[in-house]
Amino acid sequence: MEFLGIGILTWITFLPVVGIVLVLMIPKYQRDTMRWTSLGITAVQLFLSLILLSAFDKGMAGINSEAGMQFVEKASWIDVQSVAWFGRVHIEYFLGIDGISVTMVLLTALISLVAVISSWTIDKSVKGYFAMLLLLNTGMMGVFVSLDFFLFYLFWEIMLLPMYFLIGIWGGPRREYAAIKFFLYTLFGSVLMLLAMIALYFSTTALVGPDGLSITITEAAKSGLEGLEKVYTFNMLAMMDPASYEPGSLLAGAHTTWRYVAYVALFIGFAIKVPTFPFHTWLPDAHVEAPTPISVILAGVLLKMGAYGMLRISFPMFPDAMTEYAWMLALVGVISMIYGALVAMAQTDFKKLIAYSSISHMGVVILGMASMNTQGITGAVFQMFNHGTITAMLFLIVGVIYDRSHTRGLNEFGGLMTKMPKYAAVMTVAFFAALGLPGLSGFISEAFSLLGAFQTFRTLTIIAAVTIVLTAAYMLWVLQRVFLGTLPEKWNNLTDMDGREMVMLVPLAIIVIFLGIYPSPVLDLMNSSINHLAEILHHSATAGMVGAN
Amino acid sequence: MIEQLLSDLSFFKPELTLVVTFLTAILTDLVFRRSPVVVAAVCLAGFALTGIFILGQNGEEALIFGNMLTVDAFAVFFKVLITLSAILVLVFSLSSAELNTPGRSLGEYYSLLVALTLGMILMAGATNLLMIYLAIELSSMTSYILTGYTREAPDSSEASLKYVIYGGLSSGIMLYGISILYGLTGTLDLYQLNQVLATGDINDFTLLIAGVFTMVGFGYKISAVPFHFWTPDVYEGAPITITAFLSVASKAAGFAVFIRFLKVAFVDAGAGEVAGGFWTMLQGFDWPLMVAIVSVLTMTLGNLVALWQDNMKRLLAYSSIAHAGYLLMGVVVMGNEGTAAVLIYFIAYLFMNLGAFYVVMLIANKTGSEDVEDYRGLAARAPFLSLSLSLFLISLTGLPPTVGFIGKLYLFAALLNSGWIWLAVVGGINTVISLYYYVKVFRNMYLREDEEKKGRIEVGAAQLATLVVLLVPIILFFFYFPPIVEFAQASIRIFGTP
Repeated sequence: MEFLGIGILTWITFLPVVGIVLVLMIPKYQRDTMRWTSLGITAVQLFLSLILLSAFDKGMAGINSEAGMQFVEKASWIDVQSVAWFGRVHIEYFLGIDGISVTMVLLTALISLVAVISSWTIDKSVKGYFAMLLLLNTGMMGVFVSLDFFLFYLFWEIMLLPMYFLIGIWGGPRREYAAIKFFLYTLFGSVLMLLAMIALYFSTTALVGPDGLSITITEAAKSGLEGLEKVYTFNMLAMMDPASYEPGSLLAGAHTTWRYVAYVALFIGFAIKVPTFPFHTWLPDAHVEAPTPISVILAGVLLKMGAYGMLRISFPMFPDAMTEYAWMLALVGVISMIYGALVAMAQTDFKKLIAYSSISHMGVVILGMASMNTQGITGAVFQMFNHGTITAMLFLIVGVIYDRSHTRGLNEFGGLMTKMPKYAAVMTVAFFAALGLPGLSGFISEAFSLLGAFQTFRTLTIIAAVTIVLTAAYMLWVLQRVFLGTLPEKWNNLTDMDGREMVMLVPLAIIVIFLGIYPSPVLDLMNSSINHLAEILHHSATAGMVGAN
Repeated sequence: MIEQLLSDLSFFKPELTLVVTFLTAILTDLVFRRSPVVVAAVCLAGFALTGIFILGQNGEEALIFGNMLTVDAFAVFFKVLITLSAILVLVFSLSSAELNTPGRSLGEYYSLLVALTLGMILMAGATNLLMIYLAIELSSMTSYILTGYTREAPDSSEASLKYVIYGGLSSGIMLYGISILYGLTGTLDLYQLNQVLATGDINDFTLLIAGVFTMVGFGYKISAVPFHFWTPDVYEGAPITITAFLSVASKAAGFAVFIRFLKVAFVDAGAGEVAGGFWTMLQGFDWPLMVAIVSVLTMTLGNLVALWQDNMKRLLAYSSIAHAGYLLMGVVVMGNEGTAAVLIYFIAYLFMNLGAFYVVMLIANKTGSEDVEDYRGLAARAPFLSLSLSLFLISLTGLPPTVGFIGKLYLFAALLNSGWIWLAVVGGINTVISLYYYVKVFRNMYLREDEEKKGRIEVGAAQLATLVVLLVPIILFFFYFPPIVEFAQASIRIFGTP
């Protein structure tokens, strides 16, 4: 699908860059123009994602086959001709989506739009703020649509700086500490990922035709192409293809030490982003200090990238190591769930509580994925989507009350139910969704995840189920502290949500309720992709990545 | 004999041009005492002509002056790099407030800059230990004087004196090492040295001593740990332009001569081309491990000490020590791929390091301070300078989308491809450490407010143009890096080696 000769994925990804240029050209004092421009850009982006959704073929699986990928855009980007001792370096601009990425693209577009609406109250250097926000948007979108590892890495890294500045300039009192902590943690993960990427590069080959486009060895054999040049590749699909692995290279084979090492390096890189226990300590700081819209993006989209990276890269490229270490993944997930919930229970800072609940909820995603069966992974991906919408709501809710009272202390509130009825309604929906009440979207994804996990890790899943009680406890306790009891004198003049706040919260609430009753639209999107992924995992878990010749 | 000399001279045009430029600059200075710009113009023209002659040597290969010097692709690469940075530093000097004070004669400064460049260019092509020593001495002597050029500033004189002492000591030890090598082998010519070493009839322990001593000289030039002690003081005390030049060109020349020394003298010439472009090292001295240890020490110490620095010049000095460590990782590989990675990294390093120093200079011109604390709120006072400095620092960290990332990518690729995985991991962790002190700079520029509300810092159009010239490659060579990779890969050919 193309507009003006440019593919739709490129439009969706780079529209924010157009926005940056526009925002930078607007004179300094026209702040509202900048806001409306950013809003317009993200609205168009969401609209394009909806067009994408309507044209998306649910039957195509994707994952490791280019033919199964949709809206593919492929062009030669960098091509360094070979010298005798160093092969040709070939990097592509390779975009495409399948059932797993399409949900993430939708989520990113949705959350970005909500974040822009929520940014209306930002008054400090508005121009720089929106430029950074839009750059962040491009980075996130790019990660979800890239199928070339080099490109993926570029987008992955490009998000670091805007995020650093967004927390560091527009954040709370300890913003400098939180920003640098986020930066250092993530860069540490990225460096490990970079090394794993280079190792993968020198282990896999793809075939490059005279048109300068790469094709995996298996697919070339299928379509009977011959006489193509074999080069090392960053093509992610080739990295998933056992036939691409050069015999004798570092990562060829099954269950070798180096494959485990590379898997663990990637795992740490992604786990820091998720974040799971024990790499989570940057998250509470970042959330507490970040301004509301950035917390929304951080929880809504950024955390998903870690889990997405595992699904897109660790799973299909290291099925053997994955099988071997699935218990580790599950354990980390369960610890995150329980630990996050317990720590959340002890918080009196509203935002910190939501941050720890995020760690707990992302633990569900990790546990679901570790099960390696269709239900578990479906639950995990659906949980990623739901956590994105629900936690975005939670952070917006914190933002609403903070804007009015300038405090986040949970114990300072009480009896707000009558004072702010609309707020109470929205907040109740969000909190019940977060604690997994049947009829709201969170329940379905958690149920799927646990159901899948139960088949593989019985004991761990039973232990993990404790979290459901813990989550209910701290969530209900928050509702009680904020809404019930008597209203303190000082909050007598609090006003209920205004139109702008309704516009950003109500659609999210509707999505949460709708998907709780009727989850099929989203589940159908990813069904065939996840089936295929589970199949790959089972097939190549023992075989590993052994070159065909 | 004469014919031989004449034909050799035809390969010596760049160096001759520099000699002529040096003399012309001194004469011009006598005539135009009051307007050093004329001398600068002469030197600039000289550099440009040198550059043209160097580019004309592309593809030529020869040993000249009785195997004292060679012209090959490898030497040409470094000569281009050195001349380019000399030109840029000359342009920087024109707008340096610290140099252009009333009453200072800058004629000598410019002519010494030419002499320094000549020394470095000779280093790039030297194939005889005596020639190597003389070239190093020529560049060192001129560096001492240039370091102390702003003699009214006390730290400048102090830096110069320290430089002389450390330089004298290191070159003394190097000379001692060379004399032991001569005693062992009976020759100073690197090619003959190689033949003698290949017979294997050498006492290993004595060779170890000689090797370590000789390496002291190289280590001092590239400021590798533990021969780096001069670097922070000299970089802080010297005029910023000279600091920038030393940090890039001097290091490049040091690496050129070090790699050539290793490849010509210690690689088994009889082994021929090995698959993957790895060198077959001669038995007797474990150069890879030795260099790997120095590399780890250099980058780790450089980065850790940089964390505590508050002066921008000192911070960049330690950062440049750390970068010497990264570059040494490429040498450890002992192969074409590693060498190419070093060259690619140098291209990146030229632009990002010179750029960073240039912005520091422009800021110091207006504020008179190089203290990181004085960078508070700079983003509001000088938006473009802050943005440029941020980009240069991001590139020094090695993050996309800058050319510094490409340099790191190729270094890590060379290491992983040759099995030095632990070294790559150490390099990666060092990258994370380095982020902390680079971020300190943009934290002050962007995140902190300037309490005193000082006015805006304006820079002239010429300075902006220079900045843009440095910025464009930083971004461009990330998105399209084949030119630099192809240039580097074509330049690893060292005369007379497999």
